[in-house]
Amino acid sequence: MENSFLIKTQDLVKTYPMGHTKIFALNGVNLNFRPGEFAGLVGPSGSGKTTFLNIVGSLDSPTSGSAVVMGKKIEDLSHKQAAWLRNQNIGFIFQTFNLLPVYTVYENVEFTLLLLKMSAEERKDKVMQALEWVKLADRAKSKPAQLSGGQSQRVAVARAIVKEPSIILADEPTANLDAENSFNILDTMEELNRELGTTFIFATHDEKVIKYLRRKITLVDGKVAKDEALEQKKVKGGNQ
Amino acid sequence: MIIPRLALKNLLGAGLRTWLNVVVLSLSFVLIIFLQSLYKGMGDQAKEAKIDIEFAGGQYWHESYDPFDPLTLEDAHGVVPDPIQEKIDKGEATPILVTQATIYPEGRLRTILLKGIYPQQSIVNLPSKFLVQEGEDIPALIGARMAKSAGLKMGDMVTVRWRDAKGTFDARDVQIARVMKTSVGTVDQGQIWIPLEKMRGLMSMENESSLVVVAKNTEDIPTVSGWDFKSLEFLLADIEYLVRTKTTGGSIMYIFLLLLAMLAIFNTQVLSIFRRRKEMGTMMALGFTRSKIIQLFTLEGAMHSVLAAIVAAIYGIPFLVWFSKTGWALPEGTDDFGFGLGEKLFPVYSVGLVVGTIVLVLLVTTIVSFLPTRKIAKLKPTDALRGKMS
Repeated sequence: MENSFLIKTQDLVKTYPMGHTKIFALNGVNLNFRPGEFAGLVGPSGSGKTTFLNIVGSLDSPTSGSAVVMGKKIEDLSHKQAAWLRNQNIGFIFQTFNLLPVYTVYENVEFTLLLLKMSAEERKDKVMQALEWVKLADRAKSKPAQLSGGQSQRVAVARAIVKEPSIILADEPTANLDAENSFNILDTMEELNRELGTTFIFATHDEKVIKYLRRKITLVDGKVAKDEALEQKKVKGGNQ
Repeated sequence: MIIPRLALKNLLGAGLRTWLNVVVLSLSFVLIIFLQSLYKGMGDQAKEAKIDIEFAGGQYWHESYDPFDPLTLEDAHGVVPDPIQEKIDKGEATPILVTQATIYPEGRLRTILLKGIYPQQSIVNLPSKFLVQEGEDIPALIGARMAKSAGLKMGDMVTVRWRDAKGTFDARDVQIARVMKTSVGTVDQGQIWIPLEKMRGLMSMENESSLVVVAKNTEDIPTVSGWDFKSLEFLLADIEYLVRTKTTGGSIMYIFLLLLAMLAIFNTQVLSIFRRRKEMGTMMALGFTRSKIIQLFTLEGAMHSVLAAIVAAIYGIPFLVWFSKTGWALPEGTDDFGFGLGEKLFPVYSVGLVVGTIVLVLLVTTIVSFLPTRKIAKLKPTDALRGKMS
């Protein structure tokens, strides 16, 4: 049963030095995620949500403890191996979209596929499919500066989903969006989760996001305060 | 091909900043090629003139002959040995007799080199045909520089005094038969050319000469005792050195320009790395390694020189081609350059010069572009995503 975990952390600790003392961003976190989960880390600022995502996303390594993602121990990965893991298996969605400004929507989505050995034809199919998912196929040639916040975040979702990764880590994906755009994005992500079986893990304190979650993990001071399964309260479009 | 494609996209995406750098760099390209081609043209023209007018295919020097030691010139002559005489008889060489003499133009004393040459020779491109003696007067050929400095002109008579083979002073009047205009100062300044046989007779030096000039492209150069063959490599060494010295001096200007362009690119790179940390973080999150990002940023910088080469080609090629056809009219006084250049200087472009310049600029730009990217090697993805430098 243990092998079926996509992500498994054990006594995960991450500290940051502050003067002569240490700040515990994560303090003994034990969490497991199965494929296809739609889970969220909630909690106040500084509770360790982003740090947790960074570690399981192999962007950072733990101070102690262990994080195993897709069978790979994050703490043992070299810089290159970590980059490979991210490229193959993990998609990121950021609060500030992080689109590359000089590229078009198409190129931003294609970017993540460039490191995968894939023909241009295959890339094109995948990019167009991802843009169809997020309903932005008609904006393929636009530059990020020509998009609204909601559209930009949908491009970011397309970029995260285009390689069909096993895990998508979304750090406050709705923080810069209005309610309507937030629900649109969340609807899209939930649909992708359902259709592709991609595991979504959110770091959020947005109530709108929480309504979509099927599992809510509350972090307080770097510790898991509560880990609960949720009944879905929302209906499509975010209406209760 | 991913990295070059992305680098080009990023570079073009940077807009005006890129094009400003590219224009400055392209100026460096054109100026380097232009200046170097001028120096190359200068060297080539000077060498060609020297070969054409003075050295031909090389020279046999009498073992005592040293053109830079006027005190020994009077003894630096000898009977032309048979192997060399055979070449002279076949029209493959021409002898020249050199001695020190004194002239008295307008009553002033002036030391000169008196040189004897066959009027009918065709080995060197001197107007020696004007030395064919028609009357009693000894015809003399001088260069324009000599004419100017001595105040002589065609038809003038001037007294020449010398010491013959026995050390006896003798003097004769010569008539200026021709004032030649030549770019080669070493056959002009302080020299008077007279018919060789006449000079030999006056100096009691029958069949003697100081040097023998062999025809161009002569391959058979026999070794002769008492005479040293001086190859073109030896004879042109001074010019090579002079051109090298002048090229080095001229390089300073384009080094400055290149330095400015490099400073602009370095500055752009530093700024770019500082401003695009979040972009780097995003790339890392998408699976790019730090080394790939370093490659990308270095290539972006280096591509300035590729774009600059293209821009330079667009306006530089027409300019350089036009210039190679019209040449550069040299002002008066260019004789002071140390070698003859003629009235116009024509640049000489070579594949080596163009390729060398492109490689040089590309290499320097790549190094300058790489230096600031070393910071990326220490960049943590999480810091980059927050827009921080590790």
